[in-house]
Amino acid sequence: MSFPWAKQYQPQHPLMQWIDEKLPMPRLVYNAIGAGYPVPRNLNYFWNFGVLAGAALAIQIITGIVLAMHYAANAGVAFNSVEHIMRDVNAGWFIRYAHMNGASMFFIVVYLHIFRGLYYGSYKAPREMVWLLGVVIFLLMMATAFMGYVLPWGQMSFWGAQVITGFFSAIPVVGEPVREWLLGGFVPDNATLNRFFSLHYLLPFVILGVVILHIWALHIPGSSNPTGIEVKDEQDTVPFHPYYTAKDGFGLGIFLLIFVALTFFSPNMLGHADNYIPANSLSTPAHIVPEWYFLPFYAILKAFTFNFLWIDAKLWGVIAMFASIALLFFLPWLDSSPIKSSTYRPMYRIFFWILVFDVLLLGWCGMQPAEQPWVILSQLGAIYYFAHFLVIIPIVSRIERPLPMPNSITEAVLAKHATDTSSASATA
Amino acid sequence: MASESELNAGIEDGVRRRDFINIAAVSFAGVGAATVVLPLVNQMNPSADVLALSSTEIDISAIQPGQAIKTSWRKQPVFVRNLVAKEIAEAKAVPLGDLRDPQTIDERTKPGKENWLITLGVCTHLGCVPLGAAEGENRGDFGGYFCPCHGSHYDTAARIRKGPAPTNLVVPPYEFTSDTVVTIG
Amino acid sequence: MVRPLGFLVGLGFITALVLAIFTTPLSNEHNATHDFHKHPKKLALASDGLVPHWDKQQLQRGMQVYKEVCSACHSLNFVAFRNIQDLGYTEGQVKTFAKGFQVPSINPDTGEPATRDGLSSDHFPAPYANEVAARAANNNALPPDLSLITKAREGGKNYVYSLLTGYQNPPQNLPKELAPSTGLHYNPYFANLNLAMAKPLSDGQVTYADGTKASVDQMAKDVTAFLVWTAEPKLVTRVQVGWAAFFFLLIFTVLTYLSYRNIWADKKH
Repeated sequence: MSFPWAKQYQPQHPLMQWIDEKLPMPRLVYNAIGAGYPVPRNLNYFWNFGVLAGAALAIQIITGIVLAMHYAANAGVAFNSVEHIMRDVNAGWFIRYAHMNGASMFFIVVYLHIFRGLYYGSYKAPREMVWLLGVVIFLLMMATAFMGYVLPWGQMSFWGAQVITGFFSAIPVVGEPVREWLLGGFVPDNATLNRFFSLHYLLPFVILGVVILHIWALHIPGSSNPTGIEVKDEQDTVPFHPYYTAKDGFGLGIFLLIFVALTFFSPNMLGHADNYIPANSLSTPAHIVPEWYFLPFYAILKAFTFNFLWIDAKLWGVIAMFASIALLFFLPWLDSSPIKSSTYRPMYRIFFWILVFDVLLLGWCGMQPAEQPWVILSQLGAIYYFAHFLVIIPIVSRIERPLPMPNSITEAVLAKHATDTSSASATA
Repeated sequence: MASESELNAGIEDGVRRRDFINIAAVSFAGVGAATVVLPLVNQMNPSADVLALSSTEIDISAIQPGQAIKTSWRKQPVFVRNLVAKEIAEAKAVPLGDLRDPQTIDERTKPGKENWLITLGVCTHLGCVPLGAAEGENRGDFGGYFCPCHGSHYDTAARIRKGPAPTNLVVPPYEFTSDTVVTIG
Repeated sequence: MVRPLGFLVGLGFITALVLAIFTTPLSNEHNATHDFHKHPKKLALASDGLVPHWDKQQLQRGMQVYKEVCSACHSLNFVAFRNIQDLGYTEGQVKTFAKGFQVPSINPDTGEPATRDGLSSDHFPAPYANEVAARAANNNALPPDLSLITKAREGGKNYVYSLLTGYQNPPQNLPKELAPSTGLHYNPYFANLNLAMAKPLSDGQVTYADGTKASVDQMAKDVTAFLVWTAEPKLVTRVQVGWAAFFFLLIFTVLTYLSYRNIWADKKH
């Protein structure tokens, strides 16, 4: 599963040799993220986010296991147990705030990772499976994050659970029974909290498993790169270690700096005040908003206000919200252009940036109350979102005339350096 | 690091400085990771609210001579026993050489308050709660406490006399805050 | 197949959205409450910003206001007496302070509910036995627990301070339907403009031990500072640890950058 010029693992130490003969684990690591994995030499900083997402997952699993040692998944004491962690457990405030903001950091890097894939066409053949597994990870992350947010059993936890499980009641006939089955009751209560805790503990390990598949699938064709041209020979690549381990180390430093600033200096910036009020099934917060990473999808949900055909507005919203993520599964086939990188796709590039703006707009609208102009903006935003993936991309991929492309990665690198030096000498 | 030094081996100039930077970066990562492990380990130590319960006040005014009560300190049972003169005399009569864990009763009580025997109700063998604090319970062959789990017998100074327990029942740190109130811990 | 089907699905969503646009009124219903609702005033405290510290004198005064005024109706469930050592009290002072409170207990002889003297490990006792009792005593309004109040309200400390100092007579032009009904009190910093809590503070209500003049504004500031502490007692430690971590990482990041440049020095990319 690698290029013919990939370095072979040669254990130096007799102990490593002994292990390698019995269980070729060191070899596996060497070939996966060591010197045995040849990577295109021209990756830019956007290729850091895969490793960073892995680091975020590790942080969440470690802090999560520790929190579970003190948290109590019982509706009567869950809120108090979180405050106990914040006040009495040694360094509990640090671990809890790290877990809380770690979730946000995880989503930030994953969103950048996804948009990197969209810009550089990383979802295209031969990497469709990498993309599909990535979408599965994204869905699992959303489920995990949602259930984790319920655990502190504050007002937003409770009402978030109420609203999200309410989506299922939009399904005709079976909706209400399905919702009751999910909750184990008629409103979120002890049964809900317990099962959410169980699943919140389980799912990260499922994510870890799918991440391994994601990396495995990536190693079959090898990493993509900013030109979108496949690797042709050895001079197009460098070994992952030390070249990209060093670059990822620097990326990790920046990531941790932002993470630390968030966790220690403004830990509640991305949260909601209402979640410091214990859950109360008799009083709804004035303004229910999901966590920031769900906002664009929440805006799509709220954009549907009209009963069209035999489907009512609520069901339209729910279907559209799920469809907005599900359509990503079909992206490799919606976009039929053989050119991967937007660098050589002048039309697609414009629509890509409109999509970025559109998703930010939807996120902003998702945060606002159901008032104008936010309603119409989210409706326009949702129209563009669906149009982008289901109408514009298929058409653009047919009619677009790509820019001239270099023949190989090395040629692109050398051309870049030639212009760099010529412009440098021109200014000198 | 081996491959990094190989990589730089061909470079004549500044090899040492360059290696130093790589080593420094990796060392910093190691120190940072080790520092983060500290709170992750420390969180398993008793939390502030658990430590806050580490001292308990007990009112002993209602304990009649010959009686004992079972109370708790740090969620562990504590026996407070008001010894009668005969029991003190019995304890004093035992030669220290006969004891597995030699201690006099004076070492196990406070001066002037020899009748107050305060011990943890935790058998030093495997941590069961011995009998003998409540009225009518088996006090064992030596009139003190008896652990039903594996048959350890303690005498009237709660010293181990027979059975598998290796040491005497533990005397917790305590002091008399007044004639009728004891603060344990 | 994917593309034609996707196209049809896309058209479905877009049609539903276009119809939604044309059927949603473009103007909002006028909400008169918004016209009178005020944004909270800014309150600067020693615990603000990136180099925070606790003003212990102020926190002690704030606790006095809580104890003498707020605690009549509001609980402080998450704060234990032992915690107030943070405010500069000694262990002995905390013990004496705790003893001044009666906490719920059980009569050891009869098993009846009883009270006993507070211990350092006890939490501040709540003024009401349960929610029903609290509502019954307060015209069916529930006085919220104050432990987390500065984190549990939009606007945080600014909101709490503004609310405490914001009681006033309703403006002349206030529409009739927004006028406070019986048992409610006008306060433009409260989302609904009218709240059940009457103006809690009046000048000279408490006598500060340190001689500070107990004006409404001063007491509001002090008790808000105290409630910032109760909501996040680890705030100062948190920021201090944060700086240590930040500077460590800054050096780490510079080193990794140099290491990265060094390793790539002979590779064009």
